[in-house]
Amino acid sequence: MVAPYEVAAQVLDPELRVVTIEELGILRDARAEPDRAVVTITPTYSGCPAMDVIRAEVTRALRRAGWATVEVVTQLRPSWTTDWITESGRAKLAAAGIAPPAPVRGTDGAAGPVPLGMPGRRPPAPACPWCGSTATEEVSRFGSTACKSLWRCDQCREPFEHVKAI
Amino acid sequence: MTASFEEVLALGDDALIAAQRLAEWCAKAPEMEEDIALTNIALDQLGAARMLLSYAGELEGAGRDEDALAYLRDDREFRNVLLVELPNGDFAVTMAKLLFLSAYQRDRYRQLAAGPDERLAGIAATAVKESAYHVDHASLWTIRLGDGTEESHARMQSAVDEIWPYTYELFDDNDLRAGWLATVEPVLAEATLTRPADGGWAPRGGRQGLHTEHLSYLLAEMQVLHRAHPGAKW
Repeated sequence: MVAPYEVAAQVLDPELRVVTIEELGILRDARAEPDRAVVTITPTYSGCPAMDVIRAEVTRALRRAGWATVEVVTQLRPSWTTDWITESGRAKLAAAGIAPPAPVRGTDGAAGPVPLGMPGRRPPAPACPWCGSTATEEVSRFGSTACKSLWRCDQCREPFEHVKAI
Repeated sequence: MTASFEEVLALGDDALIAAQRLAEWCAKAPEMEEDIALTNIALDQLGAARMLLSYAGELEGAGRDEDALAYLRDDREFRNVLLVELPNGDFAVTMAKLLFLSAYQRDRYRQLAAGPDERLAGIAATAVKESAYHVDHASLWTIRLGDGTEESHARMQSAVDEIWPYTYELFDDNDLRAGWLATVEPVLAEATLTRPADGGWAPRGGRQGLHTEHLSYLLAEMQVLHRAHPGAKW
């Protein structure tokens, strides 16, 4: 039988269909035990509705690969950070028009100071995934999913999404 | 060392009731982007509430899961602070509530993330990043409205005055108020708003199960389906 990790690593994120859960950094571990496959995942956001779908799809993929019993464990620590998105994940997001996140300030979002003030004083804007321009502006701090914000490019005038760095 | 059932229940109830209130803005916010923002924040709160209530149920050891705790308790058994159950009011009131709540939640979660209860620390470590984003969002709106037009300034000041008395209860079981003031006061100052004076009316009782009438109506709506059809699934 194929190793559990290889199977689980192929599962696509249900909301960002271009990247796998491994590339997104959600898949923490997958191992074979005598009677089952045990997969460990870390949720992105507390209320991410994709987590239930991910659990179901990981289970289904492993059953199809021959594992009759599959256990999906949720691990909260260390908490997920966008720094865990792999290089190939970032490239695929950008190719799909979703600007990948910049490195997170500090080691843990929980420890750093929260910047206040109007947008002018915020961290640098992401480059447009279509034309590469950095003349972009935030349209909405929240997007179609919890992990994204909505942006617009002032150069090519195209809208795009951006995975928020956390 | 593990936390107590009561402590985790209070945290979970704050998040659950805040989520339910914010969700009332769904399809009613002043603009579409804000509609998405408020419901995303509600979703963060709901996610934290689910993990906290599940854990509270395990600590209690009486066989109650997250659904039993959310849907099958009456108002007197809820331990949320009064602030979260207050009606949304206008948009300024919603933002004042969100600013005051999330600034507290962020600091509380940060403290718990470094605390001795591993399970609670894990939940808090995820939630603290979300709370920080909520603080940021509420701060931007407070500044925009406070330092905006005459009308928006008046409404934001009135919202801050209305909600401020309810903030004292947030700090009855912790020592986080000084840090909270250090977050909130600069935002109010930048928003050209007056920070209400201490020493006035300070209603409390939520942590003991003594709530405003608003909670009963909220629970009636939140619980009706589950109570009419126990164990219903979609």
